Amino acid sequence: MSQATTRPGIAAGRLDAATLASNFADLHPPYDAHEALVAADRCYFCHDAPCVTACPTSIDIPMFIRQIQAGQPEGAARTIFEANILGGMCARVCPTETLCEEACVREAAEGKPVEIGRLQRYATDTLMARPGHPFSRPEPTGKLVAVVGAGPAGLACAHRLALHGHDVTLYDARPKGGGLNEYGIAAYKAPNGFAQAELDWLMGIGGIRLRTGMALGREISLEKIAAEFDAVFLGIGLAGVNALSADGAALDGVGDAVEFIAGLRQAEDLTTVPVGRNVVVIGGGMTAIDAAVQSKLLGAETVTIAYRRGRDRMAASRYEQDLAASHGVAFRFNVQPVAVHGEGAAREIELAYTEEGRDGLVTTGETVRLPADEVHIAIGQKLDGAPEGLTLYHGKIAVDDEGRTAHPKVWAGGDCATGGDDLTVTAVAEGRDAAESIHRALSG
Amino acid sequence: MTDIRNDFVGIKSPNPFWLASAPPTDKQYNVERAFKAGWGGVVWKTLGLDPHIVNVNGPRYGVVYGADRRLLGLNNIELITDRPLQTNLDEIKAVKRAWPDRAVVVSLMVPCDEESWNYILPLVEETGADGVELNFGCPHGMSERGMGSAVGQVPDYIEMVARWCKAATRMPVIVKLTPNITDIRYPARAAHKGGADAVSLINTVSSITSVNLDTMSPEPSIDGKGSHGGYCGPAVKPIALNMVAEIARDPETAGLPISGIGGITTWRDAAEFLALGAGNVQVCTAAMTYGFRVVTEMIEGLKGWMETKGYSSLADFQGRAVPNVTDWQYLNLNYVTKARIDQDACIKCGRCFAACEDTSHQAIAMKEGRVFEVIDEECVACNLCVNVCPVENCITMERLPVGSVDPRTGREVVEEHGDWTTHPNNPARVAAE
Repeated sequence: MSQATTRPGIAAGRLDAATLASNFADLHPPYDAHEALVAADRCYFCHDAPCVTACPTSIDIPMFIRQIQAGQPEGAARTIFEANILGGMCARVCPTETLCEEACVREAAEGKPVEIGRLQRYATDTLMARPGHPFSRPEPTGKLVAVVGAGPAGLACAHRLALHGHDVTLYDARPKGGGLNEYGIAAYKAPNGFAQAELDWLMGIGGIRLRTGMALGREISLEKIAAEFDAVFLGIGLAGVNALSADGAALDGVGDAVEFIAGLRQAEDLTTVPVGRNVVVIGGGMTAIDAAVQSKLLGAETVTIAYRRGRDRMAASRYEQDLAASHGVAFRFNVQPVAVHGEGAAREIELAYTEEGRDGLVTTGETVRLPADEVHIAIGQKLDGAPEGLTLYHGKIAVDDEGRTAHPKVWAGGDCATGGDDLTVTAVAEGRDAAESIHRALSG
Repeated sequence: MTDIRNDFVGIKSPNPFWLASAPPTDKQYNVERAFKAGWGGVVWKTLGLDPHIVNVNGPRYGVVYGADRRLLGLNNIELITDRPLQTNLDEIKAVKRAWPDRAVVVSLMVPCDEESWNYILPLVEETGADGVELNFGCPHGMSERGMGSAVGQVPDYIEMVARWCKAATRMPVIVKLTPNITDIRYPARAAHKGGADAVSLINTVSSITSVNLDTMSPEPSIDGKGSHGGYCGPAVKPIALNMVAEIARDPETAGLPISGIGGITTWRDAAEFLALGAGNVQVCTAAMTYGFRVVTEMIEGLKGWMETKGYSSLADFQGRAVPNVTDWQYLNLNYVTKARIDQDACIKCGRCFAACEDTSHQAIAMKEGRVFEVIDEECVACNLCVNVCPVENCITMERLPVGSVDPRTGREVVEEHGDWTTHPNNPARVAAE
């Protein structure tokens, strides 16, 4: 193992298949029935519960946990899915430590919240293992809605529209639906093809037609679908990535973290996924964490996250930082890249120390060099090719509280739209609420 | 489609979950919030004659906790309503008018004379309420004044008052029974004889929840003294289930509708009461502990369970467990089981061993490496190991197959039923024909 780990440059197969399988297995193994009951028993069934307030989709958490206590995990799942049809994925990927579980009163009481995320997974897994779909669709209304983007926002929107009897055509630019659930997110958070399984299950309501390989501005245009359909929802995410402006950014081995993650998620065989011996990840958000941890799990010898500000400013939660640290990822704070060095391919990265000045971040003049065969850039994503006719605000599609854009027939939600915090669960809430708004508009 | 609509003595409600007569049904504000939360009906907190009673001004409730401060039992020394009669009547009328699809039953407690009942019943009837419940159950305070359980403990009084009430009103009359009595069948039979439409039970159990060892006062303590209160909550459910079953299977009260009360906390508790013959259920402590929203779990859970069982209405399973409640003498002595320990599930705590070795039949062996195994030669199948095991389904009771030999008795296991009535050791046995 050590030999492969120290092989210079970028190489696949640093670890054997068995080790990789174990490394990329479920981060939090599911509860069995006994564990679920023990965990559920800790819930106090709080009045106007803070966990519900903290959940962007406002799942009735005390109720679903009480249903688990009372031996009805399927009923619990229904309670979850009524608010959040992607409750299965959210149970896996939500940063619960900054949402429901942070708000849990037992966090205040004992520093140990009720494990809401894992209980949600127990309930949703139980129901999803059953055949069929928990909701049924009424008579079709005859209204046609185009949903562009089959990520969390688009899926939530499409399902809620189908639930109201509308016919939905769901477009996605990629070969598979699922969006970031399928192409983003660390593999160990949703192993065993969960994203596709969830998508298939969600489509089980009927009335949704998925058309992949259809990109806005390529195969389809907003103008055309707005004319063809009664309403349009855009959940196209942020397909563009912010580029690194440093010398040597074009060297081999320097690439986007999102592409690295997508490649890894789509790999049939993890022994074929190449990774650098020494990896440096630039950024401070969840993408940086996911790229760093997975590089380590693939067998990189050293992995360092370099973030230009202090730890307290990192977008990734302390829990995620600790997760990375426990896997052997090192952190460098208050450094930003000035150059990547190497002949043809990256060998070293040069980082300049920074400090918060009166006019923002400034470099101190001191630099440090780290070995780097591979550099993942995770310094944010941006809207790529915004369709014409929509108002943008700070680089995102401007929407109101209901997700309405400047175009009377177009709604938008998820990462591509203003508001929210770029979480899966927020995208679900926005997609769902936009669907309700579309439904009101179509029923009016 | 699963239908949980309920018809109890002609009183219709969208579900079988009523709030019992108690603090949660004390006034319009509470009751309307309860209806908004989904409760099918209420029994309004007991009305009495003016001048209205007064309550203590110190603590009214005492508690028994389980692990993690889970409330298992609650006791109270609160009396009947402490508001003027007319205030309650006005509010009942307003509530019933605003919520015509919900059951509104009014609990009553007046002195044990016909005049008092004849006075109050028309006033209640005028509100449009669906029925009355005669509170013959309250064990504290009112009983000292000859009301509540003081009436409920004398079957002749129950019959007499029930008869007065049936004669004085067109409304269905439900008699609420006290469990503070030796044999619950006697008061139930008395209510039945008096013409009552139904009985409801149990009211609270006389109790002292704890003693403060510093002040030497029972809790809840009023200026250093305490009085016995009425105990309720999950802890009393087994008492209530038995009493409901006793009435349900008593030939003398066959067909008498029962409203089941006592520790109902989840859908499962309710289903058990219904299976044992209750026509609907009343809830109090669960709402007092967790709020009105608990009814959502009860409704959804009951529906979910009925769906999995293929029951489309409450009638499909109501009373289905009653024929299986029998006397000890009819239990099958040829039913032989042994404890089985699933070694994969065992977490090696040793509680089964301690219980069996110290207090039962020395039928569990503790072997090298904390392996616990059942000794079939000693196991009488008492079930104590199953009950004390912290892991569900780790220890199970399994029936010995017919034809095998019970190593404890050396006898072959036979298929035929054989009970005490025919057992050779029974001096009064009935000769087999």
